[in-house]
Amino acid sequence: MAALQQRTTDLIRAHEQQLLTGWVEGLSQAGLLQDNRVTRREVETQVQDFWRLFLAAMGNDINNLQAASWRDIRHFLEDFSRDRVLRGFSSSETATFLFSLKRPLFELVQQHFADSPKELGEQMWTMSELLDQLGLHTVAAFQKTREDVIQRQQEEMLELSTPVVKLWEGVLALPMIGTLDSQRTQVVMESLLQRIVDTGSEIAIIDITGVPTVDTLVAQHLLKTVTAIRLMGADAIISGVRPQIAQTIVHLGLDLQGIVTKANLADALALALKRTGLAVVQAR
Amino acid sequence: MERIPILRMGDLLLVTIQVDMHDQLALALQDDLTEKIRATSARGVLIDISALDIVDSFIGRMIATISALSRIMDATTVVVGMQPAVAITLVELGLNLTGVRTALNVERGMALLQRTDDES
Repeated sequence: MAALQQRTTDLIRAHEQQLLTGWVEGLSQAGLLQDNRVTRREVETQVQDFWRLFLAAMGNDINNLQAASWRDIRHFLEDFSRDRVLRGFSSSETATFLFSLKRPLFELVQQHFADSPKELGEQMWTMSELLDQLGLHTVAAFQKTREDVIQRQQEEMLELSTPVVKLWEGVLALPMIGTLDSQRTQVVMESLLQRIVDTGSEIAIIDITGVPTVDTLVAQHLLKTVTAIRLMGADAIISGVRPQIAQTIVHLGLDLQGIVTKANLADALALALKRTGLAVVQAR
Repeated sequence: MERIPILRMGDLLLVTIQVDMHDQLALALQDDLTEKIRATSARGVLIDISALDIVDSFIGRMIATISALSRIMDATTVVVGMQPAVAITLVELGLNLTGVRTALNVERGMALLQRTDDES
């Protein structure tokens, strides 16, 4: 078990003011106080909060940060990291908050243990290890929050990018935006097929104006979707084939036979109306 | 042994699959259906699979086979009411069912058969 000695903790308690001043100074030198993302007062409150929890927990075994005695401080650091992520701080800026405490602490210990180098070394090492552990925990929490944000955004994008719209009675349209990968095709296919069943639509228009590139894989996904629509008993029209995409398709030698393609959505709608036996006429 | 009922409606045959298809049942259906087409000289066959939510490659192939069989016997087959999950599964299995006619539901399937009958 490695823990700070009683003498050291007493020392820290006795020189509380000195340490805190040194810490805030260190933060200010690191440029963390002149920042418009967080006010000086907020940082000082965070310093005070951390210090209170640190004093309560510092005498415990430092090798087991998961123990109940470190719980409060762990939770504080997790909340702190989350807050920093949302304010747009980098991971190193977040970790520096904690590491700025090292210098004043080490200086203090150095002064008071000057008479016994062995103890000094030992205490320095323990202290350094403790702060590193806490720093690592902070960075881990920081990263986890970031990953959560990314994952949430990905899911939102997936949902946002697959709206199925009804163009006319019996005519559905699916404007595709962004690159088509397997996962997205699956989501798109499912929502489109489900809507076909729900609305009893006979024609589905897949508009690929917003698809930046078409390669063999994308073409294969399109083919699958069209085939599935046909199996359900509806017809599919692909619209929005841009000149570059048409060229790519031909150069790749992709076989889109049996699929009706149109240059734009208007043409596709016109064809759909014609198939359903409707016509648009001039009113006057 | 359980069998899938084949209903006669005018010169159409209606097959509604309401139980889980297993291989033996599928083979029996092929025999029954071809026999029925011969007996009634039906012009069209509607296979309603809206209650079918699990398919495998064998059932997929059977659908294609029935379609081909009845075409040879001069009856047009329309598969109606395929569920989205079934359609996706068939596509992922690589069964495109080329040549098999499809419709969203029985009503539309009948209209489709009527239309093809008028054209010919």
